[in-house]
Amino acid sequence: MKKIAFPVALILAFAGLPLLIKSNYLLGILIIIGLYAIIVIGLGILMGYAGQVSFGHAAFFGIGGYTVAVLTTACHWPSIAALIAALILPGLVAAIIGGPTLKLKELYLALATLAFGILVHILFNELKGITGGPSGLTGIPYFTVGGLVFDRDIRFYYLVWSAVLLVSLGVNNLIHSRVGRAMRAVRESEHASESVGIDTAALKLQAFVFSAVLAGLAGGLYAFYVTFISPSPFGFHTSVQFVLMAVVGGLGTFWGPLLGAGLVVALGEALRWATPLVIPGAGGEYQIIFFGAILMLVMIVKPGGLGAVMDLFKKSEEGEAH
Amino acid sequence: MLLEIKSLTKHFGGVAAVKDVSFTVGEGEIFALIGPNGAGKTTVFNMITGMLAPDAGAMVFMGKPLAGVKPHRIAAMGLTRTFQNLQLFGKMSALENVMAGAHLKGKTGFLKSLVRWPGSTAENNRIERHSLQLLEEVGLRDQAGMYASALPFGQQRLLEIARSMASNPRLVLLDEPAAGLNSAETKALAEYLKRLRGRGKSMVLVEHDMETVMEVADRIMVLNFGESICEGTPEMIRADPLVIKAYLGEDEQIA
Repeated sequence: MKKIAFPVALILAFAGLPLLIKSNYLLGILIIIGLYAIIVIGLGILMGYAGQVSFGHAAFFGIGGYTVAVLTTACHWPSIAALIAALILPGLVAAIIGGPTLKLKELYLALATLAFGILVHILFNELKGITGGPSGLTGIPYFTVGGLVFDRDIRFYYLVWSAVLLVSLGVNNLIHSRVGRAMRAVRESEHASESVGIDTAALKLQAFVFSAVLAGLAGGLYAFYVTFISPSPFGFHTSVQFVLMAVVGGLGTFWGPLLGAGLVVALGEALRWATPLVIPGAGGEYQIIFFGAILMLVMIVKPGGLGAVMDLFKKSEEGEAH
Repeated sequence: MLLEIKSLTKHFGGVAAVKDVSFTVGEGEIFALIGPNGAGKTTVFNMITGMLAPDAGAMVFMGKPLAGVKPHRIAAMGLTRTFQNLQLFGKMSALENVMAGAHLKGKTGFLKSLVRWPGSTAENNRIERHSLQLLEEVGLRDQAGMYASALPFGQQRLLEIARSMASNPRLVLLDEPAAGLNSAETKALAEYLKRLRGRGKSMVLVEHDMETVMEVADRIMVLNFGESICEGTPEMIRADPLVIKAYLGEDEQIA
């Protein structure tokens, strides 16, 4: 009973939040946090459980977004079909590039995924016939399912956070399953995992594809939300932010992605407001410095991230390691 | 024959780490590989388990060649191992270590895990019971919930053995299982290995503790500088002058 009390209270709090928040600006921030949380949950599986890093997930986020944009505007697909395609296409791309890429380790894997992210970002800019180039695509319709049109922020808020809830439930099942256990084993020792019959290459690829599918889902929803898409939100900078969220939140923890996405987005907004007060005329580049400093601070003070603090509470309840 | 090794050879640079080594292991047999450090024992293990490709020679397990087979496939054929420099899943509980070792006993995949497919919970519970049983056998039942990295060294060794047994293999390669154990633990280990043999398990044992080797091994091969210098029963090995010279120096005797 006690075990489910906290999640249920949290769900109720999220369901009730829009009743208190009248500002569309704040609601918009919560929607973005939800979208990023979906991506970081996937990245958390890849990094925190399977132990593989990716500095290219903004690319999958973008592929999902462009899939929805192109299919709904140029091809006039129904929104549900376009959203499903936004899951499949990034998954396929991940499956294709994952084979050779995941053979690399650590720094080399980081560089390969980074290069992939940059390449896709260039394609968004240059494939003008499909993506509209730097000026992007406009006129994406609102997400519509049945007769329900998600044309207002409050509706979209519920749509996005329902998706967060569903994804969280799935991932919670996953990490407590045979597959989740095998993933953690791969993170701890690849040699030993192989020696007990775990197909480490297949498992890493599954985690990679899964994380790409989730990034695609977030990208598709993002396109429906802003109804306009251009290459700028899908660059290298965004990929780094996702990694930052995953690490600050805490790798290998259940609450980490939510906390990380929430904190980094909120902090980004706060900095955007505060930086010009301190340094007149400062642009977005100063945010990066702050984020870098925060990342270092987390690594020094609490290498397990915020989620590790939450897990500590849990552990003292259960009385032993899980 | 369960395992047949023929003329196995491996060079590192210009040095022959393993040179023309041949042996067989039968059903329910404990075969020991002994020899000084650097004699090539672990290299032999790494080649059998597919972690290292031999330069020459043949390895056949249950009638199937092992060359070029991926390590996890070799485990699936019924051949597992432990590691000299322990390779536990440190930040997982002792129970989870053994349950991960029983990976091959389950078949719930990624998508079924996501939606908690009917039957996956029952499968997980079955693996958990089986794993607790194994922990019980090596005397670690009370440590089931502890992180593997938090266990004392001797218990970590036992945990690795339990993990290597979890998929119910036919043959287990044990790389210095007694290293770091105190004498009581070593005795218990020897008893455990004999019990496993009694159940039909086969083992290849690399071990420096001669008392244990002489007690549990059915046959012994002595390696020196990558070459087999002698093979036979414990009695034969004890009496062999070449072995005494290579292994202990001229004047001493093997336990």
